[in-house]
Amino acid sequence: MFLCIGTNMTEAHPVAATFLKNAVRGGAELIVVDPRKQPLVSFATLHVPIKVGSDIAFLNGVMNVLISEDLYDKEFVSSCCVGFEELKDKVMEYPLNKAAELCGVSEDMIRDVARRLAAAESCMLCYTLGITEHTCGKNNVMSTANLQMLLGNMGIECGGVNPLRGQNNVQGACDMGALPNVFPGYQAVTNPDARAKFEKAWGVEKLPDKNGLMIPQMMEGLVDGAVKAFYIFGENLANSEPDIAKVERELEAAEFIVCQDIFPTETTRFADVIFPAAAWCEDDGTFTNSERRVSRVRKVSNPPGIAKPNWWIFREIAKRMGHAWASESSMEIWDNEVSVLAPALVGIKYRRIEDDGLQWPCTHEEHPGTCFLHQDGCFTCGLGKFNPVDWTPPAEVADDEYPFVLSTGRRLYQYHTRTQTGRSGMNFLLPEETADISPADAERLGIDHNERIKVRSRRGAVEVKANVTEQIPPGMVWMAFHFRENCANWLTNPAFDPDTLTAEYKACAVTVEKL
Amino acid sequence: MPTGTFHLNGKSVEFQPGQSILDAATDNGIKIPTLCYLKGATPTGACRMCVVEVAGARSLIAACSTPAADGMEVWTDSERVHRSRKLTVELLLASGNHNCLPCEANGNCRLQDLAYHYGITDIPFPITPQPHPTEDDNPFIIRDFSRCILCGRCVQACNEVVVNRAISYGYRGADLKIVAGTDVPYFESDCVFCGQCVEVCPVGALIEKKSKFMGRSWDLKKVRTTCPYCGVGCQQWLHMNKDGKIAKITAVEDGAPNKGRLCVKGRFAYDFIYSEDRLTTPLIKENGEFREASWDEALDLVADKFSELKEKYGPDSIAGVSCARSINEDSYQMQKLFRSVIGTNNIDHCART
Repeated sequence: MFLCIGTNMTEAHPVAATFLKNAVRGGAELIVVDPRKQPLVSFATLHVPIKVGSDIAFLNGVMNVLISEDLYDKEFVSSCCVGFEELKDKVMEYPLNKAAELCGVSEDMIRDVARRLAAAESCMLCYTLGITEHTCGKNNVMSTANLQMLLGNMGIECGGVNPLRGQNNVQGACDMGALPNVFPGYQAVTNPDARAKFEKAWGVEKLPDKNGLMIPQMMEGLVDGAVKAFYIFGENLANSEPDIAKVERELEAAEFIVCQDIFPTETTRFADVIFPAAAWCEDDGTFTNSERRVSRVRKVSNPPGIAKPNWWIFREIAKRMGHAWASESSMEIWDNEVSVLAPALVGIKYRRIEDDGLQWPCTHEEHPGTCFLHQDGCFTCGLGKFNPVDWTPPAEVADDEYPFVLSTGRRLYQYHTRTQTGRSGMNFLLPEETADISPADAERLGIDHNERIKVRSRRGAVEVKANVTEQIPPGMVWMAFHFRENCANWLTNPAFDPDTLTAEYKACAVTVEKL
Repeated sequence: MPTGTFHLNGKSVEFQPGQSILDAATDNGIKIPTLCYLKGATPTGACRMCVVEVAGARSLIAACSTPAADGMEVWTDSERVHRSRKLTVELLLASGNHNCLPCEANGNCRLQDLAYHYGITDIPFPITPQPHPTEDDNPFIIRDFSRCILCGRCVQACNEVVVNRAISYGYRGADLKIVAGTDVPYFESDCVFCGQCVEVCPVGALIEKKSKFMGRSWDLKKVRTTCPYCGVGCQQWLHMNKDGKIAKITAVEDGAPNKGRLCVKGRFAYDFIYSEDRLTTPLIKENGEFREASWDEALDLVADKFSELKEKYGPDSIAGVSCARSINEDSYQMQKLFRSVIGTNNIDHCART
C-alpha cells in the first residue's frame, strides 16, 4: 500500500511515479491525500481532498482512530519506540469530528483511511514539498513519522517515510554540508570533536563554532547590514523565493554580490561579479538522489568560452585568500576528502560507482550500500521517538478581503525558473503560466477557460490566463513559479517554519479578479 | 514451486513454473528472435517472429506468449520455423516504407537485422503504401507510420511500463494503426512526451526529432550519466556524435534506479547546454553595466573584497548559497571555502524547499 501525501509525483517525479503505477496495476492500494485531484488520483483507491495546510489535523485524526480502535502495531511501538503515551494524549485531542472539521473531509473517510492502513501488511508513505513548504513543515514531517512508527511501517523495504527530493542533488548538497549547522556527513559544527577533525583535515586552526544563517536570514541580513557580501551559486533567488518584490529589495541592498551560474538570470542582474560555470555534461562528478544513491555524472563537452568547473572557481578563491587545496579534480575531491570525512560515505569511491551508484550508509569499501534505513526497527538514534504535534493554521488564511487560498508548485513540462527547460524546446509544451481554478469558482465569477485574469495577494498582483479545471477544489488557486512575468512568487507569503525557515509556498490568501 | 523439464531442440532443460517458452529458452542459452516482445510487459504474440514448433501442435506457436510445460517438445531451429520467420519478415518489409537509406534507425533496427539474417534481397510481395501521413508537429517525437510494423511495443510501454495510457491500437484489420487518444497527434492527446515509445520502437517509426541528421547510429558513442532534473536520479545514455554533441538520450536499461525509463525532461531537455545565452566569460559590473573580465581580475576582485569585509566586519558578514543542481564536489568545495577560508558557517542551499 502507498500513502502519498503532498506529492504530485506524476509531474514532479515522473519516473518514480511509473513504479508506483506499476505497483497499483499489480494490486497495491494507493491513498492520495491532496487538496487537488492531481493525476495520481486516477490510480488511487481513495482520494482524500484535505484542505490546504490541514495535514496534521488529518494525520492526528487517523492516529486517533488507530489508537482508539486498537489498530496500531503494539509490538513495534513497545519494542522500538518511546513517547507513545505523549503521542496518545496529543492525538486524543483530535477526535474524528474535530479532525474532520479542520481538514474538510468526512469522519468516515478518516476512519476508512485508518482502517485501511491498519489492515495493510505494509505501507510506504511518500511526501514531497506539499508537506514541507508550510509554516508547520517540520511538524508535518514529524507527524508522518509518528504515523509510520505507530503502524510499524519502519525499517522494512516497502515502508518508511520517503521524501521525494525536489532537485537532482538537493540530497547531495545536504550530505556535503552546504548547510549552516553541519559539516559534510551531518557532523555538527557545534561539536568540538567534529571541528577538530575538520581542522586537521583542512589544515586550519579554528573553525567557526556556532551555526550560521539560513537563506531567509542571510537575505534579511543584507537589509539590516549584518551580511555585506552574498555569494549565490546556481540559484535564481529573484524568482524562486517567496515575495519577489521583497527578495529584490534585499538583493538590491547588498554591498557585494557574486553570482556563479551557467546563464544570466533575474538574480545575476544584482551581481557585482559573475563567474561563468561549467554545466551538467561539462564536468565529472556525482549526484545523490532521493534514495541516497550516489551516481556518477560525466563530462562529455568543454564549457563554453572560458567558463570553468565550479570546484575550480572555489579553489582559486581559496588560493587567493592564502589556502592551497590539494585536490585537483572531482574524483580527488570525492575519493580523498568527501568519502574520507563523511562516515556514511567511506565505502563509496569513484571506481565503485562506474555503473550503478551506491546508496549510503556505505561504511567500508566492500559494503553493498543500504537500500532502506532503520532495518528491523533499529533506529539510527536508538529507539524511535514519537514527536506529538499540534495542528497550526497557515500564516495567512483566506478571509473576506482575500477569499482564495493560493498553493504553488511545479509543472511537468518546465523546471523551476526555466533557465534550462526554457532553452530546450519545452516552451512548446508549456508556453505560459496559468492560474488553475475550479469550474464552480469560474462560473461564479464569470471567468472563461483561458481568459486572462488578475490574481492578487497582499504582496503583489499578476495577470495570468485562467485554467478552469476539475483538478482544483472551490476556493483554491494553483500556480507555478516557472515564468517571470506571472510567477506565483510575486504573490507568495514570506512566512517561514520557525525551525527550518522553509517558506510557506503552499498557502497564502489571494483574490481572483476578472479583468 | 519445483522447476519443470521440457525438451528444447532435443535436449532436456529446466524451466521455472509460469515461464514462457521464450524466457525458458533464453535462460538455457537459446536465442529466439523477437520484435514485439517487451520485457516487463504482458506478451502480445503480435508479430509472430518468435514462432517455434511444438510437437503435437497443429501450427507454429508464439514462444513469447506460450508457457513452457512439462514434457513439451520444442524446436526453435527447424526448417519450418525458419520458413515462417522469413515469411514474416518479408511481409513486414512489404507492409510499408522500409527504405533504410534515409532512416534514422539505420544500423539500429531489428527489422533490418532480421532481413539481413534471413538473407532477404527481394520482397516477393507488392509493397503496400501507407495511408497515414507522418506526424511531425512537435519538437520532440516524429511518428512515421509508413515505417510502423504494428508490433505494439509502444502501446505496451505506454500502458504497462510508464502507465501514461496515451496510445493504443485503433481501427481494425488492414486499417490497424497505433493511435493516440481518438487518433489525434501526440500533442493533442494525453501523451506526456516521456518518449518511452521511442525508446522501445524496434524500427524507425518513432524517432527523436532532435537526433535527426545528428549522426548515424554506428558513429554514436554512448556515455553513461545521471539526469540533471528531479531527485529521482535517472541513469541516461548520452549518445555522442563525432562532433562531440549529444545526438540523443536514452535510458540505461536495467540501471538503478530508473530501469530503462525517462521522462520528458530527462529525455529531451538537454540542449540548454548548447544555448547561445550561456555565460562564457567572467563579468564585472562597472557603472551599472557588466563588462568582460579575465579570470585573474575577477577572482582577485572577489578574494580581495572578501578579505576586506572579513577584516572590517568579521567573517559572518559574508554568506553563501550553494547549488542543489550541481555536483556534490562543488557543494563540498563551497562549504569548505566558507568554513575553512572565510571562517563562517553562513552556508546554505535550498535544502528545505
